[in-house]
Amino acid sequence: MSAPGPLLEVAGLRTHFFTRSGVVKAVDDVSFALARGEVLGLVGESGSGKSITGYSIMGLVDPPGRIVAGSIRLSGRELVGLGHEEMRRLRGNRMAMVFQDPMMTLNPVMRIDRQMTETIRAHERVSAAAARARARAALVAVGIPSPDERLASYPHQFSGGMRQRVAIAIALLNRPDVVIADEPTTALDVTIQGQILHEMQKLTRDAGAALIWITHDLSVVAGLADRIAVMYAGRIVEHGRCADVLSQPAHPYTRGLLDSVPSRNPRGARLRQIPGMTPSLAALPEGCAFRERCPRAGPACAQAPAMQESGGRGVRCHDPLAAVAATAGP
Amino acid sequence: MPVYVIRRSLQALVVLFAMSLLVFAGVYAVGNPVDILINPQAEPLERERAIAALGLDKPLWEQYATFLRGAVAGDLGRSFVHSAPALQLILERMPATLELASAAMLIAVALGIPLGLWAGLRPDSVSGRAIMAGSILGFSLPTFWVGLMLIMVFSVMLGVLPSNGRGPTVEVLGVPVSFLTVEGWRHLVMPATNLALFKLALLIRLTRAGTREALLQDYVKFARAKGLSNARVILVHVLRNILIPIVTVIGLEFGSVIAFAIVTESVFAWPGMGKLLIDSINLLDRPVIVAYLLVIVALFIAINLVVDLLYSVLDPRVRLQEARG
Repeated sequence: MSAPGPLLEVAGLRTHFFTRSGVVKAVDDVSFALARGEVLGLVGESGSGKSITGYSIMGLVDPPGRIVAGSIRLSGRELVGLGHEEMRRLRGNRMAMVFQDPMMTLNPVMRIDRQMTETIRAHERVSAAAARARARAALVAVGIPSPDERLASYPHQFSGGMRQRVAIAIALLNRPDVVIADEPTTALDVTIQGQILHEMQKLTRDAGAALIWITHDLSVVAGLADRIAVMYAGRIVEHGRCADVLSQPAHPYTRGLLDSVPSRNPRGARLRQIPGMTPSLAALPEGCAFRERCPRAGPACAQAPAMQESGGRGVRCHDPLAAVAATAGP
Repeated sequence: MPVYVIRRSLQALVVLFAMSLLVFAGVYAVGNPVDILINPQAEPLERERAIAALGLDKPLWEQYATFLRGAVAGDLGRSFVHSAPALQLILERMPATLELASAAMLIAVALGIPLGLWAGLRPDSVSGRAIMAGSILGFSLPTFWVGLMLIMVFSVMLGVLPSNGRGPTVEVLGVPVSFLTVEGWRHLVMPATNLALFKLALLIRLTRAGTREALLQDYVKFARAKGLSNARVILVHVLRNILIPIVTVIGLEFGSVIAFAIVTESVFAWPGMGKLLIDSINLLDRPVIVAYLLVIVALFIAINLVVDLLYSVLDPRVRLQEARG
């Protein structure tokens, strides 16, 4: 498994949805690479295309959506255009996904043991007893007490946090190389959020898996991710090392996101927010998609900016806040 | 569970009692059987005697009290026409109707669920659309007309199937059934298809709607993300979830198929309960009408109970609520 190059490499990925009201460019030219064991925070507002990026990697984009261009390589192997059966063998095996709402991801009418063992037996020929033993071990690993009893339970007998633990256990059952976590803590209580975050980080690190953590919450990825990619309207507008991006955001959108985190604002002060709303992906304006909400927008922004890379950082802006140390701030 | 069944049975008794009151009063209002049953040329004295013999000289409440006293002992009155116990008449005809209804439901389920699944998985394909168009026909064509057309094509023009009646029967555990003989099958297939058509259309639509809804659920996406095969995702994850409403509808529809097989039984001269009911209404044979309706109510109650119990097998969430209740 000592493949040269990154573990996962996404290049020029475009996933479009062909709806009646036009082509929705949910993911439009997204590129990033992920090394073994690395954690990438994929940050953006609702509708920025971050979940669809995850689905595209997993091969789970449903019609009318389709990957129209780009390449996704897992350990050097091209996934775009791979057959159904080959893709199925990778899903849940080499790469796994955890969804946002744990109340919805487990099948309500099937017992936990069955939902776990079927995941193992979809990829390996093992006896029912062996699969069950592995399922039990996985439950123990995610910190579920009395696993034997829990295996025989149905999802409705679990709390939300417990269900998410089960979903994480299922995702990690076959020791995948890549885990895509699609806002797995958003639907949970704040106290549980922290626990799940911590567990997930620890478990993927122990398993040596790379992790893509999709979230709209910058404060979540701050302590978790090695690198951050900020998405806006289907594009990555800024990426770089977590600490760099958070301390010196280069894109005005990233700046806006950071400013709207409550804890960064002085107490009692009015919360800052980014004016306007995310644009409709079906009718994106020409040029920079953010320019209508951007305080720094100028005439140049009528043309779409290209990604400017330097030293492991990239920004897609004509007038970046740059790496100027003394940026204006509170 | 036993507590639940007992409670439901007590409720059933209340329903049966209320139903008997309604039916008794309703049938009384329909018309006077004396006009039909007794020869108009009969002597007044003879007339009086006949009326008294049928118990029709007493006021309604007294007639009802007599009926109720009998009903508690399992006697639902004697037919005015056949001078045999009404219940016995109905039970004699019941196997024929049950056989017809079961065959019809079997056809509807065996075809309806797969076709509905297919149409739900490929809503935009030609086959999916064709199935839905067919189900609209199944809904909108009147049963009696389809029955007549079937007879026309298969009995009159092609001459391959008998147009009426029931084939030779074989006793199984004391119940006469016809589906064990070839001739029985030939008689059964057309009326059963006719009766199944509406339910088939219903099941196709229900299954399709359920499938389309289930496919959007996260648990389906998660099941796919686990790397399960499409067949397993659909046949296990999707089907188990949509089976819950389908079983309910199958249960309720089975009751209505039994109760309202009347049209099909009339068209195909099938010797079942429905035909008996029609004849009894024509002759104002009150005891048979009342007994028939009570039997049907009892059947509905029994089927509902079975559906509820099945529910708890299919849906683990129901089981828990029951344990609390």
